[in-house]
Amino acid sequence: MSMFVKFLVAAVGSGTPLLFGTLGEIVNEKAGHLNLGVEGMMSLGACAGFMVGYVSDNFLLALLAAFAAGALGGLLYAVLTVTFMADQNVTGLTLTIFGIGLSNFIGIYMLGRSETGSLKLPETITRQMRNIHIPKLSDLPVVGELLFSYNPFVYLGIALAILLAFYFKRTKTGLNVRAIGENPGAAAAAGIPVTKWKYLHLLLGGGICGIGGAYCVMIINGGVWISNSVGGLGWIAVALVIFATWSPAKALFGSLVFGALRVLKYYNFFKLDIPIAIYDMLPFLVTALVLVLTSIRQSREKAQPASCGVNYFREER
Amino acid sequence: MSDTNTERPAIACKGITKVFGTVVANDSVDLQVKYGEILALLGENGSGKTTLMNMLSGIYHPDGGQILIDGKEVVISSPIDADALGIGMIHQHFKLVEVQSAMENIVLGTKGKLPKTKQLRRDILAISEKFGLEINPDQKIYEMSVSEKQTVEILKVLYRGARILILDEPTAVLTPQETQKLFAILRKMREEGAAVIIITHKLNEVMEISDRVTILRKGKSIDTVITKETSPQKLTELMVGHEVTLEIRRPEYEDPSDLLHVFHLKVDKPDGSAGLKDVNFVLKRGEILGVAGVAGSGQKELCESIAGLIPVKEGAILYEKKDLKGKTPNEIINMGIHMSFVPEDRLGMGLVASMGMVDNMLLKSYKNTKGPFVRRKPARKMAKELVKKLDIKTPSVDMPVRMMSGGNVQKVLLGREIESRPNVLITAYPVRGLDINSSYTIYDLLNQQKQKGVAVMFIGEDLDVLLALSDRIMVLCHGEVTGIVDAKQATKEQIGLMMAGAGEREVMGHE
Ligand SMILES: Nc1ncnc2c1ncn2[C@@H]1O[C@H](COP(=O)(O)OP(=O)(O)O)[C@@H](O)[C@H]1O
Ligand SMILES: [Mg+2]
Repeated sequence: MSMFVKFLVAAVGSGTPLLFGTLGEIVNEKAGHLNLGVEGMMSLGACAGFMVGYVSDNFLLALLAAFAAGALGGLLYAVLTVTFMADQNVTGLTLTIFGIGLSNFIGIYMLGRSETGSLKLPETITRQMRNIHIPKLSDLPVVGELLFSYNPFVYLGIALAILLAFYFKRTKTGLNVRAIGENPGAAAAAGIPVTKWKYLHLLLGGGICGIGGAYCVMIINGGVWISNSVGGLGWIAVALVIFATWSPAKALFGSLVFGALRVLKYYNFFKLDIPIAIYDMLPFLVTALVLVLTSIRQSREKAQPASCGVNYFREER
Repeated sequence: MSDTNTERPAIACKGITKVFGTVVANDSVDLQVKYGEILALLGENGSGKTTLMNMLSGIYHPDGGQILIDGKEVVISSPIDADALGIGMIHQHFKLVEVQSAMENIVLGTKGKLPKTKQLRRDILAISEKFGLEINPDQKIYEMSVSEKQTVEILKVLYRGARILILDEPTAVLTPQETQKLFAILRKMREEGAAVIIITHKLNEVMEISDRVTILRKGKSIDTVITKETSPQKLTELMVGHEVTLEIRRPEYEDPSDLLHVFHLKVDKPDGSAGLKDVNFVLKRGEILGVAGVAGSGQKELCESIAGLIPVKEGAILYEKKDLKGKTPNEIINMGIHMSFVPEDRLGMGLVASMGMVDNMLLKSYKNTKGPFVRRKPARKMAKELVKKLDIKTPSVDMPVRMMSGGNVQKVLLGREIESRPNVLITAYPVRGLDINSSYTIYDLLNQQKQKGVAVMFIGEDLDVLLALSDRIMVLCHGEVTGIVDAKQATKEQIGLMMAGAGEREVMGHE
């Protein structure tokens, strides 16, 4: 039992960066942009978050920097696809390559300047992003561990998912943005400022991805800089969007499942004697399965926003 | 609405010009509409009607000229501005979000907070009742018929309280009954003091609904006439710029013999319901068989099952003695049968919208050439010939066909099919959305094919045209044939009755 609780707790922890990546991509796709640059924006966020944290020793500043760096990646993507109408897939892939490269480059540069030859987050910030501990609540058996024992990122991610779910379902702007993602021509004719909302949501989505990236290096890697810290999570996030059928609330569930798959190898529940590599492959295998299954079971409401991948030009016929 | 000055024009356009690349879509156009008036805008395909209206609704920006609303000069730089000025437009191609409900589409882009669902539903139903519209506010757009979608578009405009209403070919997709309903709503709006601009190619509709008519020709405003003082003949002449005869020919073919026999044809719709129930008929060489019926009576299933695009459940389709049941289009071609199908959805099923004429020609003919490479030269030659022969208006045979006007797209499609020398030619609503001149070109093309001995099936909606052009008319109702009659003897009323389900015997009064 306690082993299983530990497993769940670990699953939540390892699912959180996926949650951010997924939420960011959902926000982008709702505005009609399939952004394959999630991995890149996460990498940018990882680098900016870590470096600002390293220099300033302040968690909030690091978080803001991660958001800003991701949003900057989103801005680049928005300028290219919304204003210059570059192909969305190509731009996204480029952004991924660029983001990883730039992040690694800065990392190596900073490593070269460090006296110890490694980069580790200083003390204050490490304390700030430690797992919370609420007296009494966190000490409750099972429940305390399951609900009140995580680092601040986890709670931020959950709050964000709930907020976004509300935003897209209940607010007028959310409705308008969904309309843009489905049919920008109709949205424009209804008097919705298409370009403005596209830009804002591409930035917002990028920023959210950036925070997910920061999590990878600041939490998963224990606050020690390494290159390629995002390591493919951005790609899983893109697939998770489909698993979550573009719903921020379901992204919560999806990232928990995928988080669990990623930590399964440390908890050999079934006493199976299989190579560890199989476990490493699981998330990707499930992603492939999910892609196949979701493409079979299609309902119009639970499908990708119809204009994803197609740029919008008002005077186009 | 009532306090607006009825003397001052609601909208006045002065010298509006709009250029797309090398095409002058609007060339110094003048137009005026008053409150409490319905103005019809008439012009051939490509004469610039949609372009002009798009400038009033803020989708396009004029390159020159002035727009005055209530006598004041305005700049309409986006649909938001148009909305603020009280202008609402119902576009030729609906601008609706398919996965959202009617209600959501209606509030889309309006100012202020999202109203409570209950309140919103009540408001929408109140407006519907006032104007006699029928709507289910919770229904998703993709579940709606074309006319229901149009109702949503109208409600969108009414909900915003527009006083100036623009409708771009709203009747092109409606049945006569639905058109009458729409006209009742427009008259009601006129009573309420709104200014209405309507675009339609159907002259009888212009005569029926409008107070004045403004005619565009090749991007220029030619004239504005008072409807009561004009006639369809005069309007057509103003529109095309020379004298025309509004008569459809029906040439005789020497010896029409049976070509295609359809026996007990049963076809299901994609949702599993019955599309065709036990359909029997014969299609002859050298005849035009008109097919009449209310929209959705099985026309689509009929065409597509004969063309081999959808599976046949039961029955037989015999071409001479060969059964086409269960054959794919390719297999049908390999049997030596040239079947041409010109679908209703020209840019979806018929042509590849983003390709030019040349590549679209290739799509049909590449199979006949040997080797792995395509040969563009013959296709280009054919495209150029079609442009000349059918008077297709396009700056270049490589321009994507989606940029062409509806009439020209149809000519490309029909032209390509005819070039493949078909034995059987099936056309579904070939003149839908086309202006008079293009329509007559199409009728002529069909007649030429008939005289060459081609068996032509013509799915139509305008009964006058069906009666004038066809040799025989088959009437469909709910997937069943209610009668097959001689077009020279039948009347519009008789066809109408059979469309509503009455049997041939009781209608025609003899065997
Ligand atoms: N967005 C566009 N881009 C390029 N050409 C266009 C565009 N819209 C219209 N045109 C051209 O302008 C002319 C007028 O078209 P349109 O206003 O659609 O005519 P109508 O509505 O009277 O059929 C046509 O020659 C058409 O090809
Ligand atoms: Mg038009």
